[in-house]
Amino acid sequence: MCGLCGTLGGEQHWTVDGHVSQDSGFRRRERYRRIALANRILGMHRLKIEDFQGVSYVLSSATGKQEIVSDLGALWRVAETLSGTQFDPLDPLLLQQLQRGDR
Amino acid sequence: MMMPSTDFEIIPVTVVTGFLGSGKTSLLLQLLANEAFGDTAVLVNEFGEVGLDNLLLSEVAPETVLLKSGCICCTIRGELSEALNDLFSRRQRGEVPAFKRVVLETTGLAEPAPIVSTLAADPVIRHHFRLAGVVTVVDAVNALDNHQREPVWLEQVSVADRLVLTKTDLVTDEAAQNVEAYLTTLNLVAPVIRATEQGLAADNLLIIGDLEGQVLQEVEGWKVSAVLPASFPIGPSVGGNRPEHLSHTQSFCLEFDNQIDWTVFGLWLSMLLNQHGSNVLRVKGLLNIAGYDAPVVIQGVQHIVHPPIHLSHWPNTDKRSRLVFITRDLNQHTIEDSLSIFANHLQV
Repeated sequence: MCGLCGTLGGEQHWTVDGHVSQDSGFRRRERYRRIALANRILGMHRLKIEDFQGVSYVLSSATGKQEIVSDLGALWRVAETLSGTQFDPLDPLLLQQLQRGDR
Repeated sequence: MMMPSTDFEIIPVTVVTGFLGSGKTSLLLQLLANEAFGDTAVLVNEFGEVGLDNLLLSEVAPETVLLKSGCICCTIRGELSEALNDLFSRRQRGEVPAFKRVVLETTGLAEPAPIVSTLAADPVIRHHFRLAGVVTVVDAVNALDNHQREPVWLEQVSVADRLVLTKTDLVTDEAAQNVEAYLTTLNLVAPVIRATEQGLAADNLLIIGDLEGQVLQEVEGWKVSAVLPASFPIGPSVGGNRPEHLSHTQSFCLEFDNQIDWTVFGLWLSMLLNQHGSNVLRVKGLLNIAGYDAPVVIQGVQHIVHPPIHLSHWPNTDKRSRLVFITRDLNQHTIEDSLSIFANHLQV
């Protein structure tokens, strides 16, 4: 637990594979990689996430709006609210941007 | 006499569902009469003012608890959480024997997804209980009728890990075989078992015991790719037209030769389920993840995905990833292309 803010526990979501969580270094590296990959998609709509205390994320818009999200399950829902657009992995435009390497 | 246990083990919960009159209670009576299941607690979700099923089950399972509010999903969630928490507290206090498993019989009108969601996502429940699997009981006599008329029937069959066919003695063998074949087309991951089978393996049917062995056995059957046929080879047709809730339902298995990046896969599936979860009736997969020698099993129902299960070895020399979907209004190729583009182009 963080002594200042009282943040408890770790991220509990199926995307965070508990099988490897004994190795804190690996877990941390995977977390930062997850953030970097998510930012490639979020950046298409000028959003960005950053780590918050190793247990949740701060999602920010280009205009300075911020929300704390607990995991990837909540991330896309909050991202849609902040940006006013949908993050649909079946959207041909999003897939084209990924293929072009846009961010 | 069984001594109360005070350790906080995770107790498996098997959900038994199936449409009204399909034979869920009869199946449970048959299975739980076995002495090996004496340490099973039973929860019954009964629709209506006077619950009858718990009276039948009480003869064989004294720790039966009746959930009163039938098919209203949000009520089920609250009541199910309360009932499970109460059961666990009584177990820890030694007021009831230290049962080792729970069987939850749903009402025939219940949508199974909220029940699965309660077990997976409730912050208290998930520390004491885990979903062992879903057993869906299908009545061979009324399968077609229920299928055509009741959207919830399709959801109950889609979510199943085991499909139990009842009342096969009331139809011809050919009709029973047709229902079996159709169920296999609809749900590629659930073995179809006849309730009349001699020596019915209750532990396999209720998905308890050797989880890994059961998963490895199931995976062998995940090779068919199918679109539900417009007409069914069983029973009379209803008006000749395909009902709305069936018109865009697909069941298919995707196969991938390359190893999958777990982080990319997690981003892709969490996005897909956020946007289209209500149309993903089921997803179950055996994945070859980069960095692991053995496969990882993943499964989800609508918006909920369970924690991945790491197996100790591959079932055979075929190490391709396989991902089975049952979807509504979602095209196989669209999903396949999307995952492929994410896998090949989402890089830091």
